[in-house]
This record gives sequence, structure tokens and C-alpha cells, in this order.
Amino acid sequence: MNEINSMKVIFPSLSANEGFARGAVAVFVSQLDPTVSELGDIKTAVSEAVTNCIVHAYPDNIGEVMLKCRLLPEDTVEITIKDRGRGIENVEEAREPLFTTGGEERSGMGFTIMESFMDSLRVRSRPGKGTTVIMRRRIAKRSR
Amino acid sequence: MKTSRNEDGTRLTLYLSGEIDHHTAHSIMREVMDKLEAELPRDCILDMSKVTFMDSSGIAIILKAYKLLNSTGGRIAVANAQSQPQRVLDASGLDRLIKILAPLSE
Ligand SMILES: Nc1ncnc2c1ncn2[C@@H]1O[C@H](COP(=O)(O)OP(=O)(O)OP(=O)(O)O)[C@@H](O)[C@H]1O
Ligand SMILES: [Mg+2]
Repeated sequence: MNEINSMKVIFPSLSANEGFARGAVAVFVSQLDPTVSELGDIKTAVSEAVTNCIVHAYPDNIGEVMLKCRLLPEDTVEITIKDRGRGIENVEEAREPLFTTGGEERSGMGFTIMESFMDSLRVRSRPGKGTTVIMRRRIAKRSR
Repeated sequence: MKTSRNEDGTRLTLYLSGEIDHHTAHSIMREVMDKLEAELPRDCILDMSKVTFMDSSGIAIILKAYKLLNSTGGRIAVANAQSQPQRVLDASGLDRLIKILAPLSE
């Protein structure tokens, strides 16, 4: 698909960067003049994916997280979040609501939220190699 | 964290604020549990009117507080969430366990 605009940032898997990642995506998406509610949905999905890199991909060390945003035709944003961490053994099972390997601090709702707040969610993962999450959301046309 | 009691003292309200994500969740969870363990209220309301962002990390906090109160026969409710946190509450299905009180009219 023809790319109209894009941006890419790489940051270490520090929890302080969750807010940074949400903010960076929000500023990029602003060029489509989204509603507060659309922006809220996208920020939530980004927060979930980035938190997963921090908590699950690199549980015992700090690794690199890559965040990419693309503006595609028909007011569609594509957001890719990629790590080179532990990977997921069974992606289908991981995407089930309430499935978690994270214990009491987690609720197993991250993928469910990404899926319901975005138009599409793709997850590619290889154990020991890392995980890539690709999400798309179309921003509704408004009278501008 | 601001707190208040209702008139007969049975219900404690905890006023959460700011952005609740994995980065901030640990200290917020600690504070909520400390308040509940120190004050031992029968019931509790988590007031979310000042929460500007929440992701699933917030759900885990609410669930933990629910489990504590439930074990002592108390009840917990979440109140006054703004639209983004409310969307996350709705998606989580938490309303099957916990009363979610209508957001403040805007
Ligand atoms: N980037 C990742 N690297 C490795 N494992 C992951 C990654 N993302 C998710 N997982 C695995 O998938 C499971 C489900 O993820 P999901 O985000 O749905 O729930 P959670 O992170 O456990 O809880 P919550 O998101 O509600 O805090 C995780 O518990 C973890 O085992
Ligand atoms: Mg998660």
C-alpha cells in the first residue's frame, strides 16, 4: 500500500517510555485530525503493545523497542511495535481474553483491548527471536 | 492520594489521579493497598474523575482491591471515569464483578 508519511523511533524498554510512545503516536496521528475518542483508542492500544515489550519480551533485561507509524491512503494509520525479546510460543492462546503469564500484576486483557480498539491486529512471533505487532485504524472523515 | 469517608464511616473513597500505566501502576497499587489495609473500610469507591489515561495496568489494580474487599465481605465500586478510562473498563468486562457508577455528565 502506498505510504503517504511515516516515522520510526527506537527506544530502550524502560517503563518511562510508555508515555513517550503514546505521545509520539498521538502527535503523528494528529495530522488526520482525529477525535478525542479515536486518539484515546489509539493511545490505549500503543500503551498495551509497548508495555508487553517491557514486561514480557525483556523480563530480565533492557532491550530495544521499535515503534513505526505509517500514514496510508484512506486516512488509515498503521502502527508497528517490534521487539527482539523472548517471543510467544502460542500466539493464538496469548490473544485469548484473560490469558496471561504475568501473574497478579497483569490482567490478560492487552491483546483484547488492542483488537477491540483498532480495526485490525496482526501478531507475528518466534520464540527466542521476538514479536511484531501491527495494528491499523482508519480515522473517520469529519467535516473539517 | 486523597481519601474521604461517608457519614457513618463504612465507605472509603480513594481519589485516583493522573495517568495509570505500567510505569505508574506499581506505586498506585501500593498506595491503594496501604490505604485499604490501614483503614479497613467495609466498602470502597475508587473515584476516577482525575484519571486522564488508563490502560490494562489499571484493571489489575482494581481487581486486586476487589479481591481484598471481597475477602472481608465488603463491596467495591468504580466511579466517575472519563471517556478513555471508561472505554477500557467497558472492554475489560469488569462490570461483571464490580459496580461501575455512571461517569460525571460532561
Ligand atoms: N512482546 C511480547 N513478548 C513476549 N510475550 C508476549 C509479548 N506480548 C504478549 N506476550 C504474551 O502474551 C500474553 C498476553 O498478553 P496480553 O497483553 O493480552 O496480557 P498481559 O500482558 O498478560 O496482561 P495485561 O496486558 O492485561 O496487563 C502475555 O501474558 C505474554 O505471555
Ligand atoms: Mg499486556
